[in-house]
Amino acid sequence: MTKPLLSIRDLRVSFVSDRTHKDVLHGVSLSVERGKVLALVGESGSGKSVTGLTTMGLLPRQATVTGGSIRFRGEEITGHVPRSLRGAGIAMVFQNPRAALNPTRRIRDQLSDVIRAHGKVDRAGLQARLTELMHQVSITDATRCLNAYPHQLSGGLCQRIVIAMAVACSPDLIIADEPTTGLDVLTQKAAMDLLLRLTRERDMGMILVTHDLGMAAQYSDDVAVMRHGKIVERGTPEALFRSPRNDYTRQLVAACPTATSLLEAPEATVARQAAEPVPLLEVRSMVKEYQNGFRAVDDVSFVIRPGECLGLIGESGSGKSTISRLVSRLVDPEGGEILFNGTPISTIPAEAFYRASQRRQIQFVFQDAAGSLNPRYTAYRSIVDPLLRMGPVPDGEALRALVVRTACSVGLSEEMLERYPHQMSGGQCARVGIARAIIVSPDLLILDEPTAALDVLVQAEVLALLERLRRERGMSYLFVSHDLHVVRMLCDRAIILRRGRIVEAGRCDDIFRAPQSDYTASLLEAIPHFSPGASV
Amino acid sequence: MTMTDFMTRFRRPDIGRFVRRQPVAALAFAGLSAIVLLALLAPLISPYDPLASDVPHALLPPDRLHWFGTDELGRDVFSRILAAARLDLSIAVSAVAISLVAGVTVGCFCGYQGGWLDRVTGRIVDVLTAFPLFVMAMALVAVLGNSIANLIYATAIINFPFYIRIARSEVAARRNLGWVEAAHVSGTSPTRVVLMFLLPNILPTIVVQASLNLGWAILNAAGLSFLGLGIPVPTPEWGVMVANGAHFMSSGRWWLVVFPGGMLMVTILCFNLLGDGLRDLLDPRTRS
Repeated sequence: MTKPLLSIRDLRVSFVSDRTHKDVLHGVSLSVERGKVLALVGESGSGKSVTGLTTMGLLPRQATVTGGSIRFRGEEITGHVPRSLRGAGIAMVFQNPRAALNPTRRIRDQLSDVIRAHGKVDRAGLQARLTELMHQVSITDATRCLNAYPHQLSGGLCQRIVIAMAVACSPDLIIADEPTTGLDVLTQKAAMDLLLRLTRERDMGMILVTHDLGMAAQYSDDVAVMRHGKIVERGTPEALFRSPRNDYTRQLVAACPTATSLLEAPEATVARQAAEPVPLLEVRSMVKEYQNGFRAVDDVSFVIRPGECLGLIGESGSGKSTISRLVSRLVDPEGGEILFNGTPISTIPAEAFYRASQRRQIQFVFQDAAGSLNPRYTAYRSIVDPLLRMGPVPDGEALRALVVRTACSVGLSEEMLERYPHQMSGGQCARVGIARAIIVSPDLLILDEPTAALDVLVQAEVLALLERLRRERGMSYLFVSHDLHVVRMLCDRAIILRRGRIVEAGRCDDIFRAPQSDYTASLLEAIPHFSPGASV
Repeated sequence: MTMTDFMTRFRRPDIGRFVRRQPVAALAFAGLSAIVLLALLAPLISPYDPLASDVPHALLPPDRLHWFGTDELGRDVFSRILAAARLDLSIAVSAVAISLVAGVTVGCFCGYQGGWLDRVTGRIVDVLTAFPLFVMAMALVAVLGNSIANLIYATAIINFPFYIRIARSEVAARRNLGWVEAAHVSGTSPTRVVLMFLLPNILPTIVVQASLNLGWAILNAAGLSFLGLGIPVPTPEWGVMVANGAHFMSSGRWWLVVFPGGMLMVTILCFNLLGDGLRDLLDPRTRS
């Protein structure tokens, strides 16, 4: 057997502050070989990023390596990564490509810095190297990109530049920490294809840190599942995801939305079909235009019937969030009509809508659950607030009882109610957000990517919760998401948006089985496959 | 919604943690408490009447009877410093209170509402802050007339724009955050959003500014009265005392300048250190 490029043995890392001592890695062992991709999969806080940072020698000051060894090309580098290795030996691709680039310098200068930092080159050599790099990361109009500032480039292009920077000094190992978070499905596919191709071509090793099982399955040769600072299972993606041996891996695999997964409530479909003549919500050729003339939403029409769940799918910038804000009357449309139960509500200006009788009937669940809670309110205050504002307020004991009951129905225990947002986990914040929306018994719930910031297991729980609530309370949902699988699990019908326009609408099953537009087809195709054998 | 209800929004201060994390600020806070206590108790504890002259005992150096010595009219410097602490602190507190309340009100409104009113106010603030502040304060007192009230108003007016600016930017930065939008969806009126959601969240920043500002306001008041503006003659005030004492420096009567000057320095230092400490403490990045 050949010697691995990187081998980590029994690595232990602790975070130490004035009085606390917290072990974050409890003996992690792994190895990466040339030309291969190792995926580190796990929830937030599982220690997968810390493993990457330790290898790179970029641990924050309060963290220390307490044991184990990291050998790179046979050389011991634990705790003191030589400067000459960073960039030239091991390179890193960070999460947010835009934040990883200096906003005040041209791409050309930033790339040149990296090249010069690891060896003298003359002007002609530098230019040749730049052109070559641009070619390697498949950027076609190299001149424009090199002369641009980061803000002038799209997120996808920025990520390519960051990858170009990483490979500029011909490293042997690339550590990619959630390299495509915040990128659209199509861009994500392009970036990942690129990274995989470079790994193979240049015979580098790659550690792919991700929470996305589908991505790990599609782009890695080897997967290590991490939990609580330990590797609980490792193996090839096929073996690991087809027949997981570890309980936790099994849970993760089960919770991951795929082309075939279902929520645990098949009987719900009965309630869904009960079509009523008057739609609950009707949107007619709605337009939202910004001051610079940009049309975020362009002539969009749709209906939601009582008890129905409509999915709104689109990439970032497609106008899906704007539509959710228009319908929930947080912003005013420039044109078109919004009818709620047959009554036009778009005529009431957004700033006066808090007084409208429809306010309590249309509620909203926000994307960033923690950020949607007042940092100075306890969970109880946050949940009870809409009730106090819009009534009817039951008196005394009954009020508290109602809040506790609502919290209970979203799976929050009573003692959680005294906590502040910063004392709660992402999933708990999401539950508070949902409880706050449903306590006034709305007819329409607008969910703006409510699970986007959550780990897979928590996402599965929240989705099941939403499905149960809809069945119990007969609410209608407008469910906004970029994740097609999640939409398919929860919704009856869906709309695909692109650049503010509807490109396809219809029943979920039909859209997924036989997409009518090329765009939908390419979206479906770009989702990382979970089980390589099964077709989407 | 009552004031007490409003205050309970804040997490209960943990004094032990404050002392451990910010020992310097805690010391400054202790020093300020002592000064405030002395100022409050001044009429009870001052050994002499701060206004009563006793010419036979003029210009005595510090001794057991007159701890800080006596001035050219035989008045006890220690008693005068205590009385002056009362005056200086109340000038600073009332000036800062006026500019804080007015500035935060205007700033919150502009930051929340935006639009042309906000732009116009922004330009007015720019113009106001473009003046040399101390010169403007001098001009204001000169125009309004020589009185303690006018000194307070002048100090308040020159601080006013800074509170508008801070409140405006803090509110504008939060106006479109998720929890503010969530408040709208919960049927909260705009007034209530500003008062119950935005204001409590920007208050820490305002408190830090006020603490730093208090020291500055004292310096400003002392500076103006040093130049003979604002404080009528017999009233004891640190700036006036330093100004008077300056005449006797050359003849070696150091106690007339050193004690009031020292008090001025210690007080301002305490306010600044406390402000810095509070800022570090309230910075979310240092919060556990």
